[in-house]
Amino acid sequence: MKATIHISLKNGVLDPQGKAVRTALGSLGFDGVGDVRLGKVIELDLAETNRDQARETVERMCKSLLANTVIENYRIDLD
Amino acid sequence: MSTNNSAITPETIAAHGITPSEYERILEILGRAPNLTELGIFSVMWSEHCSYKSSKKWLKTLPTEAPWVICGPGENAGVVDIGDGQALIFKMESHNHPSFIEPYQGAATGVGGILRDVFTMGARPIANLNALRFGSPDHPKTRHLVAGVVAGIGGYGNCVGVPTVGGETNFHPSYNGNILVNAMTVGLADTNRIFYSAAAGVGNPVVYVGSKTGRDGIHGATMASAEFDADSDEKRPTVQVGDPFTEKLLIEACLELMATDVIVAIQDMGAAGLTSSSFEMASKGGLGLEIDLDQVPTREPGMSAYEIMLSESQERMLIVLKPGKEEIAKAIFDKWELDFAVIGHLTDTGRMVLTQHGAVQADLPIDPLAQASPEYDRPWVAPAKLPVVEAADLPEHDVIGALKTLIACPDLASRRWIWEQYDHMVMGDTAQRPGGDAAVVRVHGTNKAVAMCVDVTPRYCQADPYEGGRQAVAEAYRNLSAVGAKPLAVTDNLNFGNPEKPEIMGQVVEAIRGMGQACRELDFPVVSGNVSLYNETQGQGILPTPAIGGVGLLADVNKMATVAIKGPGHALVLLGETKGWLGASLYLREIEQREDGAPPPVMLHRERRTGDLVRSLIEDGLVLACHDVSDGGILVAVAEMAMASDGLIGALLEPPSALPLAAWCFGEDQGRYIVEVGDDALAAVLEAAVTHDVATRVIGRTGGPVIEIGGRSVAVEELRSLNEGWLPTYMGQEIAQH
Amino acid sequence: MHSRIQRRIPAVKAAIIVFPGSNCDRDVAVAVESAMGTKPYMVWHRETDLPAVDLVVVPGGFSYGDYLRCGAMAAQSPVMRAVKAQAARGTRVLGICNGFQILTEAGLLPGALLRNRDLKFICRDVHLRVDNNDSDFCRRYMCGEVVRFPVAHAEGNYFADDETIRRIEGEGQVAFRYCRRDGAVDEASNPNGSLGNIAGIYDEHFRVLGLMPHPERLADPVLGGTDGKAMFESLVEALS
Repeated sequence: MKATIHISLKNGVLDPQGKAVRTALGSLGFDGVGDVRLGKVIELDLAETNRDQARETVERMCKSLLANTVIENYRIDLD
Repeated sequence: MSTNNSAITPETIAAHGITPSEYERILEILGRAPNLTELGIFSVMWSEHCSYKSSKKWLKTLPTEAPWVICGPGENAGVVDIGDGQALIFKMESHNHPSFIEPYQGAATGVGGILRDVFTMGARPIANLNALRFGSPDHPKTRHLVAGVVAGIGGYGNCVGVPTVGGETNFHPSYNGNILVNAMTVGLADTNRIFYSAAAGVGNPVVYVGSKTGRDGIHGATMASAEFDADSDEKRPTVQVGDPFTEKLLIEACLELMATDVIVAIQDMGAAGLTSSSFEMASKGGLGLEIDLDQVPTREPGMSAYEIMLSESQERMLIVLKPGKEEIAKAIFDKWELDFAVIGHLTDTGRMVLTQHGAVQADLPIDPLAQASPEYDRPWVAPAKLPVVEAADLPEHDVIGALKTLIACPDLASRRWIWEQYDHMVMGDTAQRPGGDAAVVRVHGTNKAVAMCVDVTPRYCQADPYEGGRQAVAEAYRNLSAVGAKPLAVTDNLNFGNPEKPEIMGQVVEAIRGMGQACRELDFPVVSGNVSLYNETQGQGILPTPAIGGVGLLADVNKMATVAIKGPGHALVLLGETKGWLGASLYLREIEQREDGAPPPVMLHRERRTGDLVRSLIEDGLVLACHDVSDGGILVAVAEMAMASDGLIGALLEPPSALPLAAWCFGEDQGRYIVEVGDDALAAVLEAAVTHDVATRVIGRTGGPVIEIGGRSVAVEELRSLNEGWLPTYMGQEIAQH
Repeated sequence: MHSRIQRRIPAVKAAIIVFPGSNCDRDVAVAVESAMGTKPYMVWHRETDLPAVDLVVVPGGFSYGDYLRCGAMAAQSPVMRAVKAQAARGTRVLGICNGFQILTEAGLLPGALLRNRDLKFICRDVHLRVDNNDSDFCRRYMCGEVVRFPVAHAEGNYFADDETIRRIEGEGQVAFRYCRRDGAVDEASNPNGSLGNIAGIYDEHFRVLGLMPHPERLADPVLGGTDGKAMFESLVEALS
C-alpha cells in the first residue's frame, strides 16, 4: 500500500518561502494570487495491506517524526 | 549490453569529443575497434579536463619545489611542511560549466570535490575559499547565478562543517555566458600520515566506499571541456547533486580509517568518476586492475558498464587495502553508515579488465590511456603590448566623488552579503574572518596559524597576460605578507577561453610564463592546480583568469595584522613606490569608462624586499594595522582601513604635489602597503625601511570621522553605507534559492 | 557507584552528544574543557546510556543532514531518550544552534525554529540582551547586560503559539533576546524573524537552556572576543 503524506505549516505560522514565491509570481505578471503556502509531500511504500492498520501506523509516524505538530499540519492519503 | 556491442559510428566518436586523429590512436593502441564502454573511457580520460592536453607542455615550466614542499603537482593536492610534524595540503579546482547550468548544485559539488581531493591525502579540511566571476550585473542571468552559487557553496560547506573563510568575486561582461566558480580547500595533516594514490601489491583488494553510483553527471568531464552553445541549458540532466551530509560522514570515516594502518592507496572519484580514479591509481603503481562491476553499489537497477564507469555521482572514494584488512575497514564504514564494497583486485597485467554479468565489458591497457594521452603544442601568438596611459593626459575629477563611485562599484563593493551566508567560524580557529587581506585560521591546538587568499586581476591579464600572471602571484604574496604570514606555496586555477585559437593559447602561454617567473623570484612554488579551458560561449571568451590561491604561515597567531585602523593620531606610512599608474586601473574603467592601457608592472625584487620588510615590522609589533594597496589605489586602501575600524576612524591625507592628484590617489602601482604606526614606533619603521631599501612616505594621520584630502572630505560612515549597500540592494531583487 | 572519587574532586563532568552531522562538537568541547579543566565525554548518538554527568551539551551542526526538519531525526535517536531521562533527574542540558532545534523537537523546550525570515543562512556576530540571568547557565552575566555571540544558522526563527509565548514570557523563561549594541530590542536587530527577538529560552525548571547563538565561538581572545566564556564559567561555578 502507498501512503502519501502532505505536510504544511499551520495557519498563523509565517511562511517566508510562500511569501517570496508570491512576490516572484507577482513580478512575473501573475496577479490575483493571494496567500501562498509551501509544504512537503512524503511518499511511503508500506507492506501493510489493512487500510485502518496502515492509517494508524502512519498517524504515529507523523506525530513522532514526520511532522512537527507545533508548527505543521499533516494529511494522509492511502491508495 | 546490446548498447555495448553497437557499432561505433563517426557520429558516436564525435559525440564523445574524440577527434578523427585521436580515434586513429585508439585503434593503434587497441589493435581493434573499441566497444562503447571503452570509447566512453577514452573520451573522459583524454578530455581536456582530465588530460591537460593543451596546457601540459606549459605547466611543466612552473617551479614546483622548495625545501618545505613535501609533494608538488601530480597528486590529488599539494603538500607543504609547516614544522612540528605537520603539513598543509591544499588545492583549487574549477566547477565553471556545471555552475552555469545549475548554479546551486554546480557550486555545491565543486566544494565537495575539492574537499575530497584534500582529505583523500589524509588531511582534515580546515578552510575553504573560492574565486567567483560573474557576468555584468545588468545581464538578466547574473542575479540568479550569484544567488545560486553562493547558496550552493554555503549549503555544502556549512553542512560539512568546514569554515569558508575567504575568496574574491568580480563582475565583468566577458563572463556573461561563462561564470567561473573556483573552489579551494586547505587541510591539515601529520607529515607521517600522508596518503598517496599509487596502487601497490598484486592481489590487494580494491574497495569502493561512500555513496551509491547513480546515473548523474555522466559525461561531466567531457562537458567541462566543450564550448557552450545556446542550447546548453538542455544539458541539465548531466549535473550531479551533492550530499554534504554524506561527505561529512565520509570525511570522518576516512580519517578514522587513516588512523589505522590498513591503507595502501586512496583516491577520490572526481571528474570521470570510477574511470579516472581506477586508471590513475593503477597507472601510478604500474599495475593492472580487475573490477567486477556487479559489486559496485548502484542507486538504480540495470545500470550498464558504460554508465557505472562514467557516472559522476558524488561522495565516493576508491581505496587499495592491505591484504586481509577488509573487515577492519568495513567496520568503520558500517559505523558511519556508508557503502563499502570490495569491487576488485590489483593484477600485474597492466590492463584494466571490467566484467559485468559474467562477461568482459572492457579490456584496456592502462598506461596508454593514463599516461600517453595526447599532448598538443597548440599554435599561439603573443598579444601585442598596449601603450602606457599617461595620467597627465586624463581629465581632472574630484577625487572624493571618484572615491564614492569606486567604493560602491560592483568590483569593490563589500562582499558581506556573500560571506555572511558562509559559516566562516565553525571549527573554532578562525582568527581573521573574511573581509581582510587574507583569512587566518589557527592550527588547532597550537599558536601557529595559516593565512590564505585567492587573487588574480583579470583586466591586467587581458591587457598583458605575462604581467597579469606575475601580478596575480605577487598579489597573493602581498596579501599573505600583509597579515604577517610567510608565503609558502600556491595552487592555481587557470581559466581561459578556447585554446584552439592562437590568441587564446597565447594568453595561456604568457600567463604561465609570468606566473612561473614570479613564483621563482618569490620562492613561492606551485604545488597543485587545475586548468579550465573552453570558457567561451558563441565565440566570446572570458578574460584570462589564472586564479592564484596563496598559503602562508604565521609562527604566532597573536602577532597577526589586520586592515582596521586602531586609533586616532597615528601615522599612515606608505611602503613602496608610487608613480601614479592608471593604465588598466579600476579608476580608468569606472570613472573614464576606458578599459585600455598597459597594466602596472611588477618589480619582483622590490616586491620581495617590501614583503620581507612588512613581515618583519609585523613580527616586531611595530605596526597597528596593515593593508596592501591594490584595486583602486591608495585612497581606496585608506578608505577600506577606515571602514573596517571599530569607531569608523578617518584620516587626513597629504598627497605630494609632484603627481596629478587622481593618479596619486587611484594609481595601481604594484608592491605597496599602507601601515598604521604609532609615534613611538615611527622612527623604527622608517629606519627598517631604509635597511630593506624600501621607499616610504608618511601620507597622513588617522583621526576624525572623515577622510580628508586636498581640502575635500567625506564621512567614513557615508563610505561604509555606500560600500555595504551595493550588493544587498542588487541582490534584494532576487528571491532566495533553495 | 564511583561517587567517592567524584566527591573528592569537585570537577564538573560534562558529556557532549555527537550525532552524524554534528560539526560544533569539537568547538564546544574546547570551550567546556578550557572552563572546566576536564575533558568532556563525547557520546555517540547510538548510545543508550549516558555516563553520570552534571551537564549535557547538544552541539551545533547538521545532525542527520538536517533532512526532513532540523533536529527532527536527532530528537528521536537512542541517546536522546537517555538525555531526556537525565534531564528529568535534574542534569543541566545546554543546546546550542542545532542543539536548540533538537531540544525543541524532543519536547525538552517549548516552541519551534523556523526558516529565517530572509530565507538565507546567516553567519555573523549579534548582540544579545541577557533577559534572565538567574540560572546555572547565566549567573556570571548580569540582567540587562549586552553580550556579543555569533550566529550561524538558516533556521533560527523562534516560533511558539500565543499561549506558549505568554507562558514563557510570564515565567521569565526567555534567557536572551537579539538587540542592538546599546541593548535596544527592535526589529532591525532581529536577524531571523524570531518572535519577541527570542534568541534563547529556559525550560520551566531553568535546568535546560537552548539558544541559537554560539557562546563557544567567542570564548577565546584569538577568535575576537570572550563574551561566551562566562556561560561555561557560570556552569562550573554552579555545578562544582
